[in-house]
Amino acid sequence: MSLLLQHIRKAYRQPEGDLLPVLGIEHFELARGEQAVLLGSSGGGKTTLLNTISGILVPDSGRVIVDGRDIVSMPEVVRDRYRASRIGIVFQTFNLLPAFTALENVLLGMTFSGRAVDHDFAKELLQRVGLGHRLHHRPSRLSVGEQQRVAVARSLANRPVLLLADEPTANIDPANQDLILKLIRETCRDHKVSLLMVTHSMDAAQQFDRIERLHEFNQPELCQTGAVR
Amino acid sequence: MNLLLIAWKNLLQRRLASSLTALSIGLGVMLMVLVLVISGAVETAFTQRSIGYDLIVGPKGSDLQLVLSAVYRIQPPIENLPAMYLDELRNDRRVVTAVPLAFGDVTEDGSFPIVGTTDEYFQNEYLPGQKFSFQSGGQRMVKLFDAIIGADVARQNGWNTDDRFSILHGGAEGSKHDEKFTVVAVLAPTGTANDRTVFLNLDGFYAIDGHEKPVEEIEKRLRDFYAADADRLQQALTELDDYRQQLQVEEQTGTPAVAPRAMQEVTAVLVRTRPATPFDAISLSADLQKGFQAMAVNPIRPIQRLMTNVIGNVQKALMVMTGLIILVSGVSIFVSIYNSMSDRRREIAIMRALGAGRHHVFGIILAESALLCTGGAVLGWLTGHGLAVAAAPWLIRRTGLLISPWNISPWEFTLFPALAALGILVGFLPALTAYRTNVADALSQ
Ligand SMILES: Nc1ncnc2c1ncn2[C@@H]1O[C@H](COP(=O)(O)OP(=O)(O)OP(=O)(O)O)[C@@H](O)[C@H]1O
Ligand SMILES: [Mg+2]
Repeated sequence: MSLLLQHIRKAYRQPEGDLLPVLGIEHFELARGEQAVLLGSSGGGKTTLLNTISGILVPDSGRVIVDGRDIVSMPEVVRDRYRASRIGIVFQTFNLLPAFTALENVLLGMTFSGRAVDHDFAKELLQRVGLGHRLHHRPSRLSVGEQQRVAVARSLANRPVLLLADEPTANIDPANQDLILKLIRETCRDHKVSLLMVTHSMDAAQQFDRIERLHEFNQPELCQTGAVR
Repeated sequence: MNLLLIAWKNLLQRRLASSLTALSIGLGVMLMVLVLVISGAVETAFTQRSIGYDLIVGPKGSDLQLVLSAVYRIQPPIENLPAMYLDELRNDRRVVTAVPLAFGDVTEDGSFPIVGTTDEYFQNEYLPGQKFSFQSGGQRMVKLFDAIIGADVARQNGWNTDDRFSILHGGAEGSKHDEKFTVVAVLAPTGTANDRTVFLNLDGFYAIDGHEKPVEEIEKRLRDFYAADADRLQQALTELDDYRQQLQVEEQTGTPAVAPRAMQEVTAVLVRTRPATPFDAISLSADLQKGFQAMAVNPIRPIQRLMTNVIGNVQKALMVMTGLIILVSGVSIFVSIYNSMSDRRREIAIMRALGAGRHHVFGIILAESALLCTGGAVLGWLTGHGLAVAAAPWLIRRTGLLISPWNISPWEFTLFPALAALGILVGFLPALTAYRTNVADALSQ
């Protein structure tokens, strides 16, 4: 199993001081290599969930088990390195670091995992997303679609077990949307990576075998009973 | 990719701001290097054994002024010694050589100092173990108005043997003397004040119209000088009386009067004592200390005092100033990096999402500011020494200061660690901002 969520509670403290309960998930799992799409209304907590899975956010309580280890109980330094080696992330926009070329962005993805940097694999990934001829371009010289493809290549640089994608095609024209979606799904399949993707596009969602609606398994009201961090 | 390379790429991304801040550090370091090179040169110029003599004898007064004028030809002296006193010194058994110097005037072209002396000056060493050699000419001042000139004088004025020149009276009036002098020899460069000096035959120097002081003034001075030596005073006064009569005869019949020894003065006497008995110099100088009118000065001592008291402090002040410039540049690095931090929140968050720890982003920002500081320092260090190389010929021409552009002062070894430390200091706060960045917040922007 790539991902297992247990008894997750997450509430935000509002500027006024009261709490906004966002996540109350008793159980959620993703098998190795499984691909799921996550649907939900705006403000429903999808990004909060992905950030909690990646360890960028720490839940108020509960366990986030990635590749067999609970990341919530890890010290932050360990969790950061664990994220580098187990989880790939693609955001909606501005995924890339502007000071670095496409290839360097992918290499940067490898830098923090603590493993040796593999130039050949980085180039292979960029070729796989159709950017073999754009290795040394900076993000400012790439189209938005191309930038997104570099981000996909980078997210797989450390051979993760889990790829989290938060509306990766939202800012791309429809023709390219399909292309990038295919790319993400195929590369995940090739590398046996589990995929959890957030989207608002029904067209995109329909291509997935497993479609999850957040409100169906998320009960924020559970937060009220749990302790809040 | 290591953190340093990442920091370097980030700096390249903000090329203009980075190079400007590094430049400001570089300028400060360059100034500091120049201060060090020049003050180092001044220090060696003034503390090394600067003259091939053991003592400089001159009228009582400031020993520093005596050395500055006799050795460095920087300052005109106030008083003179009677030439008779030179003869006394020559008769002292402790004295091996006593070379008279008389000065006060300058050349009309280039204002080079004029020194009246004898050929002995050129036979003696000008620095320990260094003898004069000649670029051209006869090497001797035979005729009354013959002159030997230093290498810089020759080059700057374009003079060579057989050229003729005029001199200006050194006093406040600055009038031109009528006599014309002829170059008979040009000295090879020595790297000392001799290069900027025009030497005249001492007898020629006395013969210059207007150099002879009124007999009354001379008499008054001799009475002062020999107040404790009745015999010598008597001898001098007799010579002066005789001369007064000659002058009257000259006025009536035109028979020229011949100035006696008592009428002649020298400004300083360079003395070499017996090399086998080093205490000669000390005992001679102690003897003079007892008398009233003359003093013997070790050529090094007053200059060392000047170095530590004045030049040393000036150097310190300049060092402090350049240090402040570097510090201000450090502040500008801080401002530049700190201002960029809000624009870079998302970049930092992305790195964190890629698995970078807080300590990684902290280190990257710190490395950026350390790179700017040390990079600027290397740049400034190289341009500072480069400028010194470029300015060396000009400086020696203008001031006679021989600088060694690649002479590295011990201060410079502390420069790079100090600047790395400055970089870390000014980078600390921005780095802390990066360390504290809330990743989820920054990503949602
Ligand atoms: N740092 C925060 N502090 C307080 N409230 C927050 C914070 N971040 C998010 N929220 C709130 O939590 C709720 C869930 O936000 P989240 O970004 O997870 O939604 P989402 O499902 O990703 O929405 P969208 O589809 O618009 O991206 C929202 O109501 C939002 O206003
Ligand atoms: Mg969202």
